[in-house]
Amino acid sequence: MDLALDALSVELAGTRLVHDVALEASAGQVVGLVGPNGSGKSTLLRCVYRALRPAAGAVLVDGDDLHALAPREAARRVAALPQEHSAEFDFTVAEVVAMGRLPHRRGFGGPSDGDLGRCAEALRRVGAGHLAERGFLSLSGGEKQRVLIARALVQEPRLLVLDEPTNHLDIGHQLEVLALVRAAGPTVLTALHDLNLAAGHCDLLYVLRAGRIVASGPPAEVLEPGLLAEVFGVRATPVRHPGTGAVHLLFDRP
Amino acid sequence: MSSPPDSRRTPTAPLAIGLAAALLLSLVCGVALGSAELGWSRVLRLLGAGLTGGRLEAGEAAAYAIVWEIRLPRTVLAAVVGAGLAATGVAVQALVRNALADPFVLGVSSGAAVGANAVLLLGAFASLGVWAISASAFGSALIAMVLVYLAARTAFGLTPLRLVLTGTALSYGFSALTALMVFAAARGEAARDAMMWLLGSLGGATWGSVPIAAATVLAGIAHLVCAAGRLDALAMGDETAASLGVAPDRLRRELFVVTAAVTGTVVAVSGAIGFVGLMVPHLARMLVGAGHRRVLLVAPLAGALLLVWVDIVSRTLLAPAELPVGVVTAVLGVPCFLLLMRRRGHALGGR
Repeated sequence: MDLALDALSVELAGTRLVHDVALEASAGQVVGLVGPNGSGKSTLLRCVYRALRPAAGAVLVDGDDLHALAPREAARRVAALPQEHSAEFDFTVAEVVAMGRLPHRRGFGGPSDGDLGRCAEALRRVGAGHLAERGFLSLSGGEKQRVLIARALVQEPRLLVLDEPTNHLDIGHQLEVLALVRAAGPTVLTALHDLNLAAGHCDLLYVLRAGRIVASGPPAEVLEPGLLAEVFGVRATPVRHPGTGAVHLLFDRP
Repeated sequence: MSSPPDSRRTPTAPLAIGLAAALLLSLVCGVALGSAELGWSRVLRLLGAGLTGGRLEAGEAAAYAIVWEIRLPRTVLAAVVGAGLAATGVAVQALVRNALADPFVLGVSSGAAVGANAVLLLGAFASLGVWAISASAFGSALIAMVLVYLAARTAFGLTPLRLVLTGTALSYGFSALTALMVFAAARGEAARDAMMWLLGSLGGATWGSVPIAAATVLAGIAHLVCAAGRLDALAMGDETAASLGVAPDRLRRELFVVTAAVTGTVVAVSGAIGFVGLMVPHLARMLVGAGHRRVLLVAPLAGALLLVWVDIVSRTLLAPAELPVGVVTAVLGVPCFLLLMRRRGHALGGR
């Protein structure tokens, strides 16, 4: 699966929040989107999972313009974990996961036996098989994310879009969610706040500032102190992990 | 459908069959019970005679007319109205993503009241004869919903909060219009009719009003059942719906039209019967969970059952006088609403 954002611009209420973004991801890659608050990460992602339409440019999935596809066809290619939680209707975990089969269903009728099998399998894969009959609203943050990943998996997408999937999670669950996402198979486009998590889990990073891409490439090349000072206004000090040798960044105010 | 069992829930299929059976029995009760004592065996015999085209004795004609021309259409209409209000309640709750909404938050009942009372109080549309009230109520309900729709619409489409606020605000406007007409008319009996209509009544039911109401309600329910999967997605949030291939704005417009047609029709034949559209979807969710396929199977049956009995109570409690149906649903509904709100404090601004 190839994702390409071609000179993508997005407007919200007449204000252009994302300008001329070009981004590419090839099959199986985990691509991270980093940038300060308000830099347009969520807006950009919302356009990729079709909650917004582009003002100019296109989102190309395997060469097809995503916004020219029928909504169901698009949803069979791209799944998402948006940053929203409706707390109104208490669906069970099994029901929430089964919603992922919606773009694959035709007409009247609930999930088929095949659908239910896929759902149970996806729940097991994310280690949430035992939660199937629980109410979704009663779950902890980490459990909710796992269930939503299972829902995205049964959608059988070729691209998975994640908006801050580690928000509100403790460190153990943050690492777990990112490992699950990488193991899941599809190409991943994710916004992340934590630059060390982004460095450790992404193949490619794109840095967004004020709606424009200002740097891109492998994390080790992108996350250099000069750029971080410019974009985030922080002083970054790279240190090596004594065990793994991976580079970590320490931050303080300049 | 073979979903896994859930200990919190009542199995849907047996529940639906039970409700349907109870509804059939209740329809018979609705015909048998009333201010004129006819006796059960006689009612059953007359119902049977009507169904099979059997012969009647001359002395039975009056009783036959009560059973077939007065009580049966009224009871059937009660079931249709109850089912319609319950189903649109489910739709509106998904539409504004709030389980404490009912079909009337969109301004439809107060809008319909303007039309109905223009006929009752001012004698408008007299050329339409017996259809004047229904036609006028339906027309003004639709006008009200179009106004709410236009006022609530933004560049981003229909947002739930704006819909609720706009509906509430315009409702006050429509109610003021109705009140103005009541004062302007200054005819005691007409004002009482207006009051009766505002609180809901099935007193005017005839076979003439059943087919259109039944067809609209059934078509509306069928449409919603087919949209059940998309309603689930919408209930999770607009972003989630979009990512699942459901365009939230389009679905909301669709739900708006279905709700307008069904509630407009229902209100036109029965007046504004409150609380059914709020309570019944809730009860259905408590029994079978939030999945709309199940809720939309159970809620219309439960709504029909409830309203048949509410109607029986409304015409037998103070017989031969009749209570407005809305008074009975309010007596049941207000405590029910407060109880639900307390149980669900976390979702309503509590902590």
